[in-house]
Amino acid sequence: MSAIYVMIGASLLLAIGFLVAFIWSVKSNQYEDDYTPSVRILFENKIPKSKENNKTNNNQTNQKNLN
Amino acid sequence: MSNSTKYADLKLVCYHCGEDIINEDIIEQDKHFCCHGCKTVYDIINKNDLCDYYSINQNPGINQKVKVREGKFDFLEDEKILESVLHFKDSHQYHVVLYLPQMHCSSCIWILENLGRLEKGIIKSQVNFLKKEITIVYETQNTSLKSIAETLASIGYEPHFSLNDMKGKKAKNYDTSQIIKIGVAGFCFGNIMMLSFPEYFANSEFESDVLKKYFSYWNLALSLPVFFYSASEFFISGYKGLKQRFLNIDAPIALAILMAFVRSVYEIVTNTGAGYLDSMSGIVFFMLVGRYFQNRTYQTISFDRDFKSYFPLGVSVIEQNGKEKQISVADLKVGDRIKIHHNEIIPADAILFLGKATIDYSFVTGESLPINKSIGEIIYAGGKQTAGAIELEVVKDVSQSYLTQLWNNDAFKEERQKEKNSFVHYISQYFTYILFAIATVAAIYWAFNDSSKIWNAVTAILIIACPCALLLGATFTNGNMIRILNKYKMYVKNASIIEKIAKIDTIVFDKTGTITEQGKSTITFQGYQLDKEQEQLIRTLASQSNHPLSKAIVSHLPFYKTFPVKDFKELKGLGTTAIIQQLEIKLGSAEYVLGQLVQPQHQGAKVFVSIDGECLGYFSVKHAYRKGLENIIQQLKGKYNLNILSGDNASEMPYLHGVFGDKTEMRFEQKPEDKLQFIKLLQEKQHHVLMMGDGLNDAGALKQSEVGIAINDNNNNFSPACDVILSGQSFHLLNYLLEYCSKQKTIIYSAFVLSLIYNVIGLYYAVQGELEPVIAAILMPISSVSIVLLTTGLSAYYELKIKRSDKSQIRT
Repeated sequence: MSAIYVMIGASLLLAIGFLVAFIWSVKSNQYEDDYTPSVRILFENKIPKSKENNKTNNNQTNQKNLN
Repeated sequence: MSNSTKYADLKLVCYHCGEDIINEDIIEQDKHFCCHGCKTVYDIINKNDLCDYYSINQNPGINQKVKVREGKFDFLEDEKILESVLHFKDSHQYHVVLYLPQMHCSSCIWILENLGRLEKGIIKSQVNFLKKEITIVYETQNTSLKSIAETLASIGYEPHFSLNDMKGKKAKNYDTSQIIKIGVAGFCFGNIMMLSFPEYFANSEFESDVLKKYFSYWNLALSLPVFFYSASEFFISGYKGLKQRFLNIDAPIALAILMAFVRSVYEIVTNTGAGYLDSMSGIVFFMLVGRYFQNRTYQTISFDRDFKSYFPLGVSVIEQNGKEKQISVADLKVGDRIKIHHNEIIPADAILFLGKATIDYSFVTGESLPINKSIGEIIYAGGKQTAGAIELEVVKDVSQSYLTQLWNNDAFKEERQKEKNSFVHYISQYFTYILFAIATVAAIYWAFNDSSKIWNAVTAILIIACPCALLLGATFTNGNMIRILNKYKMYVKNASIIEKIAKIDTIVFDKTGTITEQGKSTITFQGYQLDKEQEQLIRTLASQSNHPLSKAIVSHLPFYKTFPVKDFKELKGLGTTAIIQQLEIKLGSAEYVLGQLVQPQHQGAKVFVSIDGECLGYFSVKHAYRKGLENIIQQLKGKYNLNILSGDNASEMPYLHGVFGDKTEMRFEQKPEDKLQFIKLLQEKQHHVLMMGDGLNDAGALKQSEVGIAINDNNNNFSPACDVILSGQSFHLLNYLLEYCSKQKTIIYSAFVLSLIYNVIGLYYAVQGELEPVIAAILMPISSVSIVLLTTGLSAYYELKIKRSDKSQIRT
């Protein structure tokens, strides 16, 4: 049974670690903007070199049907 | 031009901005552009390998028909101005936050965050999309703020600088400590709850006394941050209230928290029980969440704009030697000669000295049609020049101008007599008195019967019966209502406004821009009957011009076909002309088309038309009233006193009389100051006034009234200081939205009744001096959760009425 003394202390220490992480995340303004990061993560990092690739992608977007 | 016939069933849209291609179709690399501006932006983006911009969203660009004037950002070279705009600087890196109102989609985020590829020297650029802000870190050796601003403008994101930026660092509009308090309380609540479980279920046969103590002391340690940190605001606010001799709702709550804490510490230290630390931290957590939910602010909306947000930061002053110099608007003096370029705002009252002035006062008055001014006339600050550059001589300081002096009025100075206390506080007062009475009765009873139980009974009563459920009910009701109103594009500044709306008995409308639609007009043609061919000739010419009146004519005439245009000329402030199908078409003022002045009549604007020298008549452009206006007024008529204040002349009076009826008081040709005084007068007659306006000229009246609602038609945030911002699209729901706000009291009362039931159950145990911690620990979360559910359910139920009328109005 004496293990429980150590285990509870350890579990609380661990939990306090998470609390500290939470406080740090709030203080470093991670909750200030809750929209932009959700878009940013979808962008690709590559620098496009092949222009032909772009062309075919974009051609169809140029004309919109009247209906 | 052949393209328009080739794609007979296809509508061509600009590859960059997505607008229809009406006139010339510019083609490059299979891509169509509506104007050279858009093509230039495409070239810049293409050259820098940033074409992903176009693949993230279709046609994401910003229309470039209106070019940004060269040298517009020269004022950023001025050290003093630069200093005031910068957020942070060290020896070689500057940080700046710019407001980019054009930002609208994910492509914008992408290109703006890759700004470093367009402009050398930018180390980092980060977008906050909701605020439409970009934070840029740049190196001073490689670039300057001016050049960054120019780069941004060249790809269509012109940064907006206003006099407000001069104040330097903006206050953080979100409070981290509130979130941390909730986090800490939630953390401690969960862990205390967990460590209390053995106590709940073990009855008397607790494993060992040592273990029990061990758990209790952990609980005590965990409750300290809740008591001293998270709950501190209840103690502070309760104390402040008592100091002003007002028993607010926080005082009894603070007392209950204090009681629970003291009793728990006592029980744990003397080893007589486990205390109520779990209930205490739980209730603190729920109440903090409720407050946060109610006070969430909307980053995208600003409720306290004054003239400073409209006015430019820098202005060109012409010095004695004829040279132009950029100075800060704040330093402008009487007698200065200033140069205002096309599309700039006039920062101070001034006399027109040189040039043709056509002033657009839509920011100020909501009046969409520009006004012509001739040399020697005074031009009031706040107007926007729309016809080329002019020179003016300043006659009044910026702060003393016709428009800005409104802000010197008392309504803006005094902090507006202390916000009235919510009725919730008054209920809680009765509640507290009854509570004390019960506690006293119980104390007296036990004094005669079993004096050892006095302490137990009294503390238990004070703990269990605190009005926290009432506070929870109120905060969650307000939070829900604000959220639902938001859905209908009614943005409320804070929760106390909802309560104020319920008390309103008088509504004052501004006319232009409020009950008429901004930028929309009805057009009638007076003169000879136009045939189809003539209509198309006129439409073709009008579509070449960017003038608001030309745009109105284009949208009025049906599209049929376009003709090639030759010799297009636009004389700013006069009109436009071109040769189309070998015919000379002229559109414009009487002076321009007829070559003579016609007595100006106050019946809106007139655009005269001549084809081949023969005048055919004129288009008369009048304001269009909002859709469903007559309906709304019918609904409101019985409930409220209606009034109309207008800065305009009385020409529309007969129509308005028909709609509003005889009881409505109408005042025309009202100055901003008059509007404010009129509201004051109504208030002196003990009316509760709601003012609806839109422009800066209503700002005084909006401020003075109990509730000021600003109507906003486009989402660019430019609405004056007010309590509520209502989108023009939701105007037809006005009556239902106001009615909805008046339901707030009903919902809070229902939550109150529910919480009373729980209180009675708790009290039943408490007066006997036998409140087991487990009972408190069960009652607390049940009552909290059921109150949250009840308020959410009721606010959704009352919303149905708005929803239904919204649907039925769309159908009709």
